[in-house]
Amino acid sequence: MSDPTIELIDIYKSFGSTRVLEGVSLPLLPGEVHSLMGENGAGKSTLVKIMAGLHLPDQGAVRIGGHDVLFRSTAQAQHAGVSVIYQEPTLFRDLSIAENVFMHRQPKTAYGWIDYSEMNRVVLQHLSQLGVSLRPEDPVLGLSIADQQIVEIIKALTFEAKVLIMDEPTAALSLEEVKRLFEIVERLRSKGVAIMFVSHRLEEVFAISQRITVMRDGRVVGSKPFDQWSTEEVIRKMVGRSLEALYPKEKVEPGEVVLCVRDLRRAGVFKDISFEVRQGEIVGLAGLVGAGRSEVARAIFGIDRLDSGEVSIGKTKLRNHLPQAAMAAGIGFVPEDRQQQGLVMEMTVIRNATLTVPKQVRRLGLVSKKRERQIAARWTDRMQLKGHVEEPVNILSGGNQQKVVLAKWLATGPKLLIVDEPTRGVDVGAKSEVHRTLSQLAKEGMAIVMISSDLPEVIGMADRVLVMHEGKLTAELSRAEANEESIMFAATGHADRRDRNSKTDLRD
Amino acid sequence: MTKPAKIPVLGRGWINAWFRSREASLVLLIAVLAVVTTALNPRFLSPQSLKDLMLNVSIIALLVLGQTVIILMRQIDLSISSTVGITAFLSGTLFIDHPGISSLAVIAVAILCGLLLGAVNAALVAWGKIPALITTLGTLYIFRGANYAWVHGRQVSAANVPGSFLAIGTSTFAGVPILTWIVLILLVVFSIGLRQYRAGREYYAIGSNPNAAVLAGINVSRRIATGFIISGAIAGLAGALWLARFGTVDATAGEGIELTVITSTVVGGVAITGGVGTATGAVLGALLLSVFSSTLVFLRAPAFWQQAFQGAMLLVAIAADAYLAYRHALRLRIKWRHV
Repeated sequence: MSDPTIELIDIYKSFGSTRVLEGVSLPLLPGEVHSLMGENGAGKSTLVKIMAGLHLPDQGAVRIGGHDVLFRSTAQAQHAGVSVIYQEPTLFRDLSIAENVFMHRQPKTAYGWIDYSEMNRVVLQHLSQLGVSLRPEDPVLGLSIADQQIVEIIKALTFEAKVLIMDEPTAALSLEEVKRLFEIVERLRSKGVAIMFVSHRLEEVFAISQRITVMRDGRVVGSKPFDQWSTEEVIRKMVGRSLEALYPKEKVEPGEVVLCVRDLRRAGVFKDISFEVRQGEIVGLAGLVGAGRSEVARAIFGIDRLDSGEVSIGKTKLRNHLPQAAMAAGIGFVPEDRQQQGLVMEMTVIRNATLTVPKQVRRLGLVSKKRERQIAARWTDRMQLKGHVEEPVNILSGGNQQKVVLAKWLATGPKLLIVDEPTRGVDVGAKSEVHRTLSQLAKEGMAIVMISSDLPEVIGMADRVLVMHEGKLTAELSRAEANEESIMFAATGHADRRDRNSKTDLRD
Repeated sequence: MTKPAKIPVLGRGWINAWFRSREASLVLLIAVLAVVTTALNPRFLSPQSLKDLMLNVSIIALLVLGQTVIILMRQIDLSISSTVGITAFLSGTLFIDHPGISSLAVIAVAILCGLLLGAVNAALVAWGKIPALITTLGTLYIFRGANYAWVHGRQVSAANVPGSFLAIGTSTFAGVPILTWIVLILLVVFSIGLRQYRAGREYYAIGSNPNAAVLAGINVSRRIATGFIISGAIAGLAGALWLARFGTVDATAGEGIELTVITSTVVGGVAITGGVGTATGAVLGALLLSVFSSTLVFLRAPAFWQQAFQGAMLLVAIAADAYLAYRHALRLRIKWRHV
């Protein structure tokens, strides 16, 4: 075994009184992809930020090539050969790809001017080596997230990075894009780069890494080669409980039809969408990013205009298709992006949780604090919201924020709840509480449509799974039929899902 | 995997790009305005009226250069007009108190004074972390107030200022006013600085994505500070030139021009959200507004319409940008949707 390219030795880090890292040691070896897993709040991001030069450790050492180093800035880390690719690409959208790659260190001509042609030449070389058809002069504005990551990777390559840290790079990618990314990672690995891969997606972690380390509560709780781990063991280490406990969907006998949609069409986005959802049912809506799932949900709720088709709740057809009408008919909609669309980040938990029911909190025309508190408490208590209800929501964790969004919609007493990616970016503990709540609601007779890219979640929670591909429904699978293969098969556009070769093998 | 597309060779592609640029549309608009106005009133293109036009636009255009750097960083500097007021009066008093002082020395002191006032903004915005809108709104009033207190009703008149200095504001070289030459030279300097130097690109980077700028290792606070110092120094120079141009200066010199400057910069294509625009475009924006006001004068439009037109121009420019962005987004939507 060769010496580690970079090694963290017994790192401690606290923010105020909160201890985030407690004696973490972690070596990254050349030519090895080392995956780091753990719930949100386990300390992964802090660890990444220490290696990136954004935080200094309180104790412990970062060792590169046998020397202890202290990164006081990102520039120092980059010059030492450590490059970080963050979850959300951090690019200058108004500038060209080449400028993004070389910002702050552009090559210069003999006169001291920026050498644009050299810059473009180098970037073009990297682009063609990675087999990507982009031009160095193109602005970043308008690139897909996947292409933006390519720009970040080229940036790392031009630093001749010896260590490449990728913090949840696949969160927003389609399967094709993940494959392309993994090919690139594989190529870098074979060149001897030490790679750290932070992800929540188990199947990807197992597909790409040589070694998997699991963290919990600021400590490393397990670290060994990937083939000595099992999925169950990784999850158990992460949360300290087993997989079954994660998806507590109870069997419910479906009741009356609550939602019925017929032949929905929105030009260029989706068409021929027809389905029903009954009381007590959780219907999963699966598919790749961009398949049109969220768009269907937005159209049902009346945010986006429909070109044709009809939506009924119970026996009433929704005519005036606006969110107000949808709410009045009994639809609740928990959007995908809770920070932008679901919450007013600066407002308190109570305010957010009662935003949907302004009439109920009013007394003599003014907002009554007492009523607000009562209404908010009804749902926040039930979901075991952690954190004070008088605090602004922006200080809550992702999981608790999601509970507030749910509470806000549950306050309207909906017959149908549409949840879009209810657990994205939520840690495993809060995730299971969200699942428990959804399951409980279904049991009480609510109809639920759940859009999710997290296949185990869809399989674990849904009574029925509808799969979309490029704007069309390609399959309807019962709970018994739904598994990762059958869903991915339909999601990639194949009507018949019995073909074994369709398994989404990322390790190819 | 597809092969990368061929990059367009310098030449046709480059020329095409220019014709689609903001600068090209500004030049076109200015030309159209000039042709229409000349057709209606041929005196518009007389040497005297062209000279007046250039003189009128020069000081605004100068201030636009400083403001471009500021707005590129997604900041704003409202205080420039007060800086102009202080440094214009300061230049005058230097001539009164130190007879025989050289013009260059006066200009240097004015620039230095502007630079120091800019440093006040710089410190408050870059290190005090007070939003630039608030900071410079505050210093706009503070500088102007201090100026009133200091001037105390006095006035500098042309009689107190040496003719050689006043000549800077009125005489021409090769048919073009000296003032305009100063702007053109600085325009070249700013254009090269913003395009060809790392520091220049960093102004764009900060305006485009401040967080990414930090991650790229840019010292954002220092860069923002230098921006405000540059803007202050330019305002100082503009103050000295204000005296040269008008000869008579009291405490109100320059009042209100900050809004004309910001309007010109934005009309010239420097996005108020930062990261986009060029010094040339901004200066052309100033020229467009100036040509537009003289058009109104030549066509005998009532004076009170001028401001309304200026405002309308600003909104049209912003609406055009929004429309282009919308079109761009639409194209992307089509590109990513394959249904």
